[in-house]
Amino acid sequence: MALSLSIREKKLARSVGGDAAAFFFLFLAASFTALPIVFAISNAFKPLSELFLFPPTLIVRHPTLANFQDLFGLMAQSWVPMTRYFLNSLIIVALGTVGNVLAASMAAFILSTRKFIGANLFMGMVVLSLMFASEVTAIPNYIIIAKLGWIDTYASVIVPAWGSTLGLYLMKKFIDAMVDDSLLEAARIDGASEFRTYWSVVMPIVRPAWLTMIILLFQALWGTTGGNFIYSEQLKTLPHALNQIVQGGVARQGVGAAVTVIMMILPISVFIYNQSKIIQTMGTSGMAN
Amino acid sequence: MRSDTAVATTPTTQPARSPVRGRLSSVLKQIWRDRECYLFLAPFGIIFTVFTVVPVLMSIFLSFTYFNMLQPARWVGIHNYVRLFLEDDVFLIAVRNTLLYASITGPLSYLLCFILAWFINDLKPKVRAVLALLFYAPSISGNAFMVWTLIFSGDTYGLLNGLLIDLGIIHQPIQWLLEPTYIMPIVIVVVLWMSLGTSFLVFIAGLQGLDPRLFESGAIDGIKNRWQELWYLTLPQMKGHLMFGAIMSITGSFTAASQITQLVGEPLTTDYSAHTIMQHLQDYGTVRFDMGYACSIAVVLFFAMVVSQRLVQKLLDRVGR
Repeated sequence: MALSLSIREKKLARSVGGDAAAFFFLFLAASFTALPIVFAISNAFKPLSELFLFPPTLIVRHPTLANFQDLFGLMAQSWVPMTRYFLNSLIIVALGTVGNVLAASMAAFILSTRKFIGANLFMGMVVLSLMFASEVTAIPNYIIIAKLGWIDTYASVIVPAWGSTLGLYLMKKFIDAMVDDSLLEAARIDGASEFRTYWSVVMPIVRPAWLTMIILLFQALWGTTGGNFIYSEQLKTLPHALNQIVQGGVARQGVGAAVTVIMMILPISVFIYNQSKIIQTMGTSGMAN
Repeated sequence: MRSDTAVATTPTTQPARSPVRGRLSSVLKQIWRDRECYLFLAPFGIIFTVFTVVPVLMSIFLSFTYFNMLQPARWVGIHNYVRLFLEDDVFLIAVRNTLLYASITGPLSYLLCFILAWFINDLKPKVRAVLALLFYAPSISGNAFMVWTLIFSGDTYGLLNGLLIDLGIIHQPIQWLLEPTYIMPIVIVVVLWMSLGTSFLVFIAGLQGLDPRLFESGAIDGIKNRWQELWYLTLPQMKGHLMFGAIMSITGSFTAASQITQLVGEPLTTDYSAHTIMQHLQDYGTVRFDMGYACSIAVVLFFAMVVSQRLVQKLLDRVGR
């Protein structure tokens, strides 16, 4: 009883036995899925001798910071300063994420709240495009980006990300489910423009949707090496630079383990921050009923 | 459909205009009236068209050609499709494997995503965030597959082999990832383990987006336990999210090849025992440079996904009734 009260503010249709069973199941599943993070962190603190140990150990026995010291030493020797790679990654992640959230949510807002010619056709195309294998569109995509003259620019990675369909579909489903017609009606009677309705009425309500979108986009763009489109070394991203260091030889295994952890820090921070901001808010939808 | 017939009947009341012209001008009028809508749609719409619609159409066109990425594409009509269904035995193996594989991992991963999201939905935000991260870990950590290669390593040092030998169940190490009987089940386990991805996060957000007053009034109306609450209150409100998750599961389970490729180390498995349509596509697209053929595989795969999406839509329409 005390346990269930401590984890939940409101108590509704829940039995203590059910809570206990749910917790047991959660615990089992979490210990199964958490393995790679535990393993990655543990590896990063292993001395080389322990990294090559057979059978490999899950938990580090003699933790050391040597891997990180080696990594920072190698990073300092880089021909293009590491800060530049980091900045490149940040530019791509920030512009790509913000652009996709704005473009997709605007389109989703209008598709969800208004009826106009072509709206259903457009939405149908978005859903269908989710089901087409991206492997074969890679070459046409390359041709288009080359024709636009965007090879070896940030735009080759950032602009296509703005048109990512997953985000639009996600926003559409959330606006459909969470925004009540009566609310839009009220906004219109108050004389709010479409843009104001979108920005000040609808976007705050569907916050869980775009917080989730940011998690997914951040993760996808953070991992991008820009490999196919960006050739100049000073425009390349952090994952590219770190891969380069790791590929320096077998002895770089320890450094590689440190890289894995360093690359995880930002996506995990964004994940935890955004997830804890997704909270139930009172009186968002269905004001009238 | 209905609006078409409505427009088509208008000319009888306006005999002065020809039917086609009247219809066109009324369409244009409506478009002009809703011009603001198109303005909102434009930023996404243009980028989506240039970087998604056009490449997809180009790929469909390429599926009717022979294209090796060095010489210009040469039109071959439906030859690729004929070859696919009548001459390519491996493709038929791939179809069988994909269907088997999708019908197991698709529904299971879908249920797993929803049930776990639903269980952690009751927790306080910070606790929920950390637990969600632990579930999402296989998708966010860069080295996820290393754990599995350690477990299923084919020598006596592999964790599973070591355990089974210690217990005296086997005496010789088993080549888990090379033995046709074991590859498919192993891949299914690994994919399920990785399945708490996008749909999982969308379900969490969707559940948090539900109006809490719905459940308070539900409790007063005599909802007795969490299962009743789930079926009568939660699921009917979540239909849109459920459809989203379904599409993710369909695309995920039909295109799961990267997992197999990373686990086994190459796109081809022993005797094609875990060969899927997607691996067939990768084999022709990136190894054999037969892009036209790869495109025709993508088109067939696309239709398979569309059909299963329609089926799932029908199923979801019954939820909460």
